[in-house]
Amino acid sequence: MTVTAPVARKRSALTKGQLPAFAPYVVLAVALVLGAAILALIGFNAFGWGLVSAILFTIGLVGWSAAVEGGRKANDKLATCLIVGSFLVALLPLISVIWTVLVNGIPGIITPGFLTTSMNGVTGALDNKSVDDGTKVLGGVYHALLGTVQITLLATVISVPVGLLTAIYLVEYGNDRALARAITFFVDVMTGIPSIVAGLFSAAFFFAVVGPGTKTGAVAAVALSVLMIPVVVRSSEEMLKIVPNELREAAYALGVRKWRTILKVVIPTAISGIASGVTLAIARVIGETAPILVTAGFATTINNNVFGGWMASLPTFIYTQILNPTSPSNPDPSSQRAWGAALVLIILVMLLNLGARLIARIFAPKAGR
Amino acid sequence: MTTNSLTTSQGAGRAGDKVFSGATLAAGCLILAVLFGVALFLVIQAIPALVAPPADIQGGHGFFAYIGPIVVGTLIAAVIALVIATPVAIGVALFISHYAPRRLASGLGYVVDLLAAIPSVVYGAWGAAFLAPQISPAYGWLASNMGWLPIFQGPASATGKTILTASIVLSVMVLPIITSLSREIFLQTPKLHEEAALALGATRWEMIKIAVLPFGRPGIVSAIMLGLGRALGETMAVALVLSSGALTASLIQSGNQTIAAEIALNFPEASGLKVSTLIAAGLVLFVITLGVNMIARWIISRHKEFSGAN
Repeated sequence: MTVTAPVARKRSALTKGQLPAFAPYVVLAVALVLGAAILALIGFNAFGWGLVSAILFTIGLVGWSAAVEGGRKANDKLATCLIVGSFLVALLPLISVIWTVLVNGIPGIITPGFLTTSMNGVTGALDNKSVDDGTKVLGGVYHALLGTVQITLLATVISVPVGLLTAIYLVEYGNDRALARAITFFVDVMTGIPSIVAGLFSAAFFFAVVGPGTKTGAVAAVALSVLMIPVVVRSSEEMLKIVPNELREAAYALGVRKWRTILKVVIPTAISGIASGVTLAIARVIGETAPILVTAGFATTINNNVFGGWMASLPTFIYTQILNPTSPSNPDPSSQRAWGAALVLIILVMLLNLGARLIARIFAPKAGR
Repeated sequence: MTTNSLTTSQGAGRAGDKVFSGATLAAGCLILAVLFGVALFLVIQAIPALVAPPADIQGGHGFFAYIGPIVVGTLIAAVIALVIATPVAIGVALFISHYAPRRLASGLGYVVDLLAAIPSVVYGAWGAAFLAPQISPAYGWLASNMGWLPIFQGPASATGKTILTASIVLSVMVLPIITSLSREIFLQTPKLHEEAALALGATRWEMIKIAVLPFGRPGIVSAIMLGLGRALGETMAVALVLSSGALTASLIQSGNQTIAAEIALNFPEASGLKVSTLIAAGLVLFVITLGVNMIARWIISRHKEFSGAN
């Protein structure tokens, strides 16, 4: 007994040549202190501190590991540092974007009337006056919000039947035929169509059919459908595929027709997934700017008719307010409105994303798997 | 002999079957028709620009002299974006698939997917209002210290609204695409390959090098191609961030232009031949992205095991 005690305290041969478990924490603390010291010499800022500390941490840990553990372990540590670092780097723009929109958008969105007034009658002179007098910024996003809702709704009404029926064809009738394979391939290719090309297509189509210069909400809705249909097809197809075949066979065994089996058995089973897929598709197209820019024009007034006249939308509102401020000499009111609209748009998109997850969870598949 | 009620009484049901399967087939064909319609109508509306006398096209030297520099600008912006985004995206994908704790992994994946949910116009506004002013001192440093390289030739733009800034914003936008596809593929690496590598004494990085990356290589290539397709066609990030101009080699001066941004900036006020010119530019963009996407999809479909990759 008296012999084993000192042996137990000595490091086992198996763990020899390994860094102690606390090594990363020690290196991190040293790196943070050194980083702060270096930054203090050249002017402190949080971003630089993080960057310098991360580099010092990597060098320190990899160097220590190379000295104690050898090259292979050191390479492993280096890879771990780089991979974790790349994840942190990817988070930076996300945090920065959300922070920028929040900081700049909140003054806009809490201005009374921002959500309930349009830009009708808001001129550069009024903006100059509000800057000079320090009064509240006039004008709002009501017309753009209304336009976005109308255009997106029409696009959804077009896309969902077409997308869902196509998915049904692919899963239930396609049987891996040449046509089904071609549709699958081209739907995938369609997901990659640049949004502005979809807008140009819709514009070119209506220019050719209705007349040159046709710009209405409906043209924009067609453009958005081109972007939305492939998303709906893909998500619905995945959902229909996971409906167990036993359910279909049970229905057939009871003598139910195929179309009634699909309508009454297959679709109700998959409806939660389909609904959440459609919601995600809406979230994808609601923020599209370029196709609306070339198809619906800009408007400063409320337009309740999707089929006639130019129509505003939130993304194009942001775009025009930034690029062509209402008052060129005082762009601040315009940029406040633009950031406010950006915040509204992000909230809308996040709510749709959240809604999609909730739908998927609440109406979880009724089929036991 | 009585008629068999099983075969005769279901006339209505059979009609329903026919109508329903016909409707689904029609919807499928409509999608193909739309895709060909996109090409067809773009060609029809573009023809006037292609046959017009060169002097009438903007710039005065014909359509191809007009489109050439913008195509090069588009390629420059997209390639830089990919060079920045690819290593980070693969790192993030590996982090989520092999490094993050199992319980956190799906949540972290969702956080990265949030990057894809942010509308492009918001990225554009962020790039113009936040990133460009922040990054312009770095351009000044590059111009004075590495100005001997043609791509960093000074004088640097004081506003930071350069093609490099636009490319950085683009790289943020393609990051989630490359990440989510690579992640799916890395997760499908056969567990036995990974365990065999670890059992032979490989470290985690060596296991990834000999088991995960070789298995995922075709998937990564197609993910990069899809990211390229997105970067080529992205409009708002460039339209809002870049202060455009003639084609220049320097990445830190204002100048250069991409097809999508050129269309977005000029189409709303365009009329007559200008509309045709811009639609023809859109056609060129369509053909380029279609080619890139078809190659990517072809690579994916050659490797059917990546079923979750699309």
